[in-house]
Amino acid sequence: MKGMTVIVKTISSWVKLLIFLFGIYIILFGHLTPGGGFAGGIILASSYVLLMLAYGREFVEDNLPLGLASKLDCVGAFLFALVAILGLAFGGAFFANFLYQKYLPGESLRLISAGTIPLSNIAIGLKVGASLFLIILTLSMCCHYEAGSEEPNDEEE
Amino acid sequence: MLILYVLMLFMIIAAVIAVETRSLLSAVICVGSIGFVGSLMFLFLAAPDIAITQIVVEVLGLIILIRATISRDLTFISGDKEFFGVVVSIVLIAVIFLAGMKVLDTLPAFGTAIFTQVPDAASQVYLSEGLQRTGAANIVASVILDFRAYDTLGEATVLFTSILGASVILRKKSKRRLGGSTE
Repeated sequence: MKGMTVIVKTISSWVKLLIFLFGIYIILFGHLTPGGGFAGGIILASSYVLLMLAYGREFVEDNLPLGLASKLDCVGAFLFALVAILGLAFGGAFFANFLYQKYLPGESLRLISAGTIPLSNIAIGLKVGASLFLIILTLSMCCHYEAGSEEPNDEEE
Repeated sequence: MLILYVLMLFMIIAAVIAVETRSLLSAVICVGSIGFVGSLMFLFLAAPDIAITQIVVEVLGLIILIRATISRDLTFISGDKEFFGVVVSIVLIAVIFLAGMKVLDTLPAFGTAIFTQVPDAASQVYLSEGLQRTGAANIVASVILDFRAYDTLGEATVLFTSILGASVILRKKSKRRLGGSTE
């Protein structure tokens, strides 16, 4: 219950940063290289899953509480819808790429290009990562019911 | 475009019937017919890939899932086998199999790029004008987040709803097992 051996803990505490950075890279460069919000979000969540496997669930819950994760999930979904509605407001159509067409044409193959596509990628990455983390956390809560004393915190409902 | 309006009218009528009817089976059949008409609309709009997804999810998945999970007014076949029923089902299976073989003959060979033979198919436009119209070097990103962003919004909604339902059910169950109050 309290995690694995010292070797696994040390290695995973080093590796988790690399995995997290790689996820952020995949999300931010989603419009230039293979990848995008879905893949990057899964990688972000998998770094936390690695921590959960190595250190146990309570450690991860202290790092990223359940309430905060579900708030991140909602923020990601809201940002994605906001990008769509901004396209309706400024570009004339739902999901219109207004930034690229009007305000910020940008040179292609640069980091800042493609208008709203990087913004949508960031929103989807946040959403997918938080929701995958949430589902694994709740599954582990459901399976470890015999541990007895702990009580799942219920800040949001 | 008239055919789309006719199909839409059919969908509305089927949806009203699905809400209003008392029998669960006919409600499920109505929902399945809505999905089938939706996939027909996608076919008329020249998007066969979405039509395939639609027909698999709405018609097959939904009906099979609902009939499998909800065991109310299930009809079981009882009694001894009738000779007539067996013959009819075997004949039907043979007819469907032969017709399927005929259809398979008309399909192009595996790996043929069908869309390249249609000059103004949507996928050709995506490939040739994606960089100019969206500025994204990754064509996949330009398709899923610009040309077909509605699809991605639907996927995100599906993910959000399923996570919501799963977390609510699992947390309630874990709380009950922990012995705490359910609320």
